[in-house]
Amino acid sequence: MTATIAAVHDETTRMRVYRLRLPETMAFVPGQHVTIRLTAPDGYTATRSYSIASAPTQDGLELELLIEHLGEGEVSGYLHDQLTVGDRLEVRGPFGGWFVWNGRSPALLVGGGSGMAPLMSMLRHQRAAAPAVPMHLVVSLRSPAELPFAAELTTQTTVAFTRRTPDGAPRPAGRLTAADLQPVLVPGATAYVCGSSGFAEHASQLLVDVGVPTGSIRVERYGSTA
Amino acid sequence: MASPFRRPSATTGGDLRLPPGQYDTGASFPVLTAEVSPRLDLTTWTLRVDGLVDDAQEWTWDQVRRLPTSSFEGDIHCVTTWSKLGTAFAGVSVDTLLAGAGPQSAATHVVAWSHSGYTTNLPLADVTGGKAWVVWEHEGAPLPPEHGGPARLLVPHLYFWKSVKWVGGLRLLDHDEPGFWETRGYHDRGDPWLEQRYAGD
Repeated sequence: MTATIAAVHDETTRMRVYRLRLPETMAFVPGQHVTIRLTAPDGYTATRSYSIASAPTQDGLELELLIEHLGEGEVSGYLHDQLTVGDRLEVRGPFGGWFVWNGRSPALLVGGGSGMAPLMSMLRHQRAAAPAVPMHLVVSLRSPAELPFAAELTTQTTVAFTRRTPDGAPRPAGRLTAADLQPVLVPGATAYVCGSSGFAEHASQLLVDVGVPTGSIRVERYGSTA
Repeated sequence: MASPFRRPSATTGGDLRLPPGQYDTGASFPVLTAEVSPRLDLTTWTLRVDGLVDDAQEWTWDQVRRLPTSSFEGDIHCVTTWSKLGTAFAGVSVDTLLAGAGPQSAATHVVAWSHSGYTTNLPLADVTGGKAWVVWEHEGAPLPPEHGGPARLLVPHLYFWKSVKWVGGLRLLDHDEPGFWETRGYHDRGDPWLEQRYAGD
């Protein structure tokens, strides 16, 4: 379907939020993604997957994507440089039937960088529709300036900065550790880990180390190893 | 007013080795996995071929390494749209594994499963005739765990989710049994040249 960009803003220096208006209902579950396809006049196409960051809405006619601007990103670069409010985009979805939260079971969300996107959909949906279900979000980012959605992360959230911390922060800058996860483990929870390949590998192994059953950990990763 | 999206000027944009909708990821080798990478112990690792075969087989790590080796050099394609061109793997041909077990004439499909619990389904014809391998080397080095080491299935003519990481075995069946992604909206066969990404494509 062809969506229209209803709003766009810079969430951090590297991440931009696009709110898309859809021509027909797209019923999605928190954690799912859509694809965006760009087509050149000669028929060449480029397609990328982006997780939905918003909670499902009543009418299913809007969704929000958090897109990191990658220097050489063929699709993210075009979106960033060329598109703005009112422009149209070919969107397909929703996709993904594994990295999804059903809205009922306790969940521990662990995200790195723009890997926060599908986890924000889960957290927002929990707050709007299922506040009694235990949920905690752990996020890892380089610095306070790179933290998206900061205003929404005042409760139910642990933030681990890896390079630079706010003044007076009790936690020193550094990679996510077992000590960050231990106090916020949610009994019986499914753990959802999303981020770069290196982050997802590290965080998922940490969860195993602190006793989360392997079968209760779902991973979504992106990006490359050299 | 936005300027139109353009084909990249780099030569890779027109590479005939790229199926429709794919891009060349160059020297990188992205990792995509839905599960925690399992910690597998080579002293207890096994590879099985069972189901509709005359003689189910199970190899230890040492045993599988003594089978005749076979290598692949070519292109691999991930459904998330990256392709890796001209890359090399080595291991054993699935033909060699099946020859040891003796597929029965009723066998039409295979479920490939991993030690982590992941499964995928394939027509038997997609893993026979020199089209599939179990590999433990990539570019001359041991296959890293995040890429499925110690050993993974390699079915390079289909999207790479069919190339099960941490492969534990192949089960031959007389029917199709959709696996992990195939029951979650992805295409049953996954031919990149036909862009069979999602169910219905």
